[in-house]
Amino acid sequence: MMNANVAQGRMATATDEAAAEPILRVRNLKRHFDVSPPWLNRVLERKPRQFLRAVDGIDFEIKKGETFGLVGESGCGKSTAARLAVGLYAPSSGSIEFEGVDIGPLSRKQMAPLRSRMQMIFQDPYASFNPRWRVSKIIAEPIRVFGLLKTAAEVDARVAELLTQVGLMPVDGDKYPHEFSGGQRQRISIARALASNPDFIVCDEPTSALDVSVQAQILNLMRDLQRQYRLTYMFISHDLAVVFHISDRVGVMYLGAMVEQAPSAELLRNPRHPYTRMLLDAIPDLDMSGRARTPVSGEVPSPISPPSGCTFHPRCPHANARCTSERPATIATDGGGQVACHAVEEGRI
Amino acid sequence: MNNNKTNSGALLDVKGLRIEFPTRRGTLTAIDGVSLSLKAGEILGVVGESGAGKSLTGTAITGLLERPGRIAGGEIHFNGQRIDNLPSEAMRKLRGKQIGSIFQDPLTSLNPLFSVGRQLIETIRTHTDLTPRQARARAIEMLTQVGIPAPEQRIDQYPHQFSGGMRQRVVIALALCVNPKLVIADEPTTALDVSVQAQIIDLLKTLCREHGSAVMLVTHDMGVIAETCDRVAVMYAGRLVEIGPVQEVVKHARHPYTRGLMGSIPKLGEEVEHLVQIDGAMPRLSHIPQGCAFNPRCPYATARCREEKPEFANVGQGEVACWLWDGVDPATDPDRLFSNVTLAQRARQQADGVGSAPKKSMQACEQEV
Repeated sequence: MMNANVAQGRMATATDEAAAEPILRVRNLKRHFDVSPPWLNRVLERKPRQFLRAVDGIDFEIKKGETFGLVGESGCGKSTAARLAVGLYAPSSGSIEFEGVDIGPLSRKQMAPLRSRMQMIFQDPYASFNPRWRVSKIIAEPIRVFGLLKTAAEVDARVAELLTQVGLMPVDGDKYPHEFSGGQRQRISIARALASNPDFIVCDEPTSALDVSVQAQILNLMRDLQRQYRLTYMFISHDLAVVFHISDRVGVMYLGAMVEQAPSAELLRNPRHPYTRMLLDAIPDLDMSGRARTPVSGEVPSPISPPSGCTFHPRCPHANARCTSERPATIATDGGGQVACHAVEEGRI
Repeated sequence: MNNNKTNSGALLDVKGLRIEFPTRRGTLTAIDGVSLSLKAGEILGVVGESGAGKSLTGTAITGLLERPGRIAGGEIHFNGQRIDNLPSEAMRKLRGKQIGSIFQDPLTSLNPLFSVGRQLIETIRTHTDLTPRQARARAIEMLTQVGIPAPEQRIDQYPHQFSGGMRQRVVIALALCVNPKLVIADEPTTALDVSVQAQIIDLLKTLCREHGSAVMLVTHDMGVIAETCDRVAVMYAGRLVEIGPVQEVVKHARHPYTRGLMGSIPKLGEEVEHLVQIDGAMPRLSHIPQGCAFNPRCPYATARCREEKPEFANVGQGEVACWLWDGVDPATDPDRLFSNVTLAQRARQQADGVGSAPKKSMQACEQEV
């Protein structure tokens, strides 16, 4: 990972030239979960300690007003990365800087003023609502918790405004979450996220449970709100078409590592990492152009005992001896991206 | 509708199917006059949003409709035999042997207490007269065909020892092990990762071609449909709105709903500020609007759409239920028809003094096309 830091330094100078301040900067971030057997089993049966490396050393930064997309198969650590970014998990090592402040070591109290500036939207909005609360109370909760408005009348007016903004009616505030459809519930969760006037919103698969037509409504709404309030999104999805549509920059994760990241148009036009190519190939072709598809083989290995070297080597058509033994460093590419692959570095692909 | 049409060569022929659910607040019509047919070896895709009645249609065909749901009208013919009124024992023999099913969640369609092999062998022996030894050999052969590595060892493992993609392969093996003539695949890839999804779709397609089975593929993923199917049926609020060859439906959709649905899918490599958006949501079964069910959301709706229910009409190589096509030459290019309609509407609005709404509607996108 030493080389990765060098690449990160190069990357940072590139963005300084672009003169946009990053709102979030993540450096060599790791989060390991202890999945060891209980103490007694370890002692009696000599079982070793085991760690699940959900996020294993990722670097990225998100500029203000931009959307950073994160894609990958299930279990690759996307959601863990999202939770780390808003401080719902503490990192095992590495740093997460929100506007230059490392949020990792902050106490609850120190974190509080920052919390109102970052919000999260989840895949299943219904599970994130209290079913016995009326919608107006759900949306007003962040306002109340952060003490943003004083009087009840002000809060009511703000809730009505938020409901209108997300395309619902102020009278909907008197209903309960179960009275709404999936798309409407996602609108409510967006309204709740907006309630504390955040700058940064992490969206964890916000449209995966929705139908395509409803998904289009939600994506359009999110984009309008972003333009209006200059929001910064971190957008996580397993649907590449959705991620490429909404994002300015896309990162591809595989088994806890960021294998490639680049501006979305560049990544789509010129994918470098074999895994990115594989993912792009796997998307069903709506144009029916008869494009030859590389059959995808294999499945994601267990993150508890990941393969040695480059974790992708058992599925990679370009793997050689070096890939099985040495973990690839992240190198910068021409199009403003970064990739971690021996084959790309050596110019084999 | 289309009752007089003869589908003598069809393997499956559904005519005017109507499914009702009696409830305390009145009878809900979940499926209203759905007619479709499948030829042997053909792959028919059924698409629509959740609640459109896609799965219910599949359930009715396999005879697994649960009470209080009931078939209130129409007929289902399979291989020349009427099957919607068969007694449950006769239907049970048909199911599995002639009609195989693949469901969305592979874990719930496998019994967690029995090994994969036992479930395969049970199915094979129920429907054929193979000896246990032959059946086991056949089961191993099926597992090899669906691409499970080391089938001789894997056959004695239990479903929880398989990953999601591998479980779905087992379910496919289970559905195809007795060479059914028809396979109803209900969202077979929805629970899977994109990379695995492609593997499963490829597998399903190849195997059905090899076995000569017809497939009814129920899904909400247009990409999967475009890649797999020969023909597509589009459903909305329990009704069929359009059916036709996959190329025509995907690229030159003739129903406003299909056009909206296709446009709302983000496409790789196509940068747009906004996706096409169908405003509103699908009506509840208890509040299906009069006339065309899509009229409240349709930008082209006229007074007639709000009163009269459109009938299916042959247009191009497919069929569509939409008043826009009434009295129009069936060979008209749909893209041209829709842009003409949009222009006419604009002109009318301007004449009425109503400015064109600044909303990014389907029409605005129609203009861009």
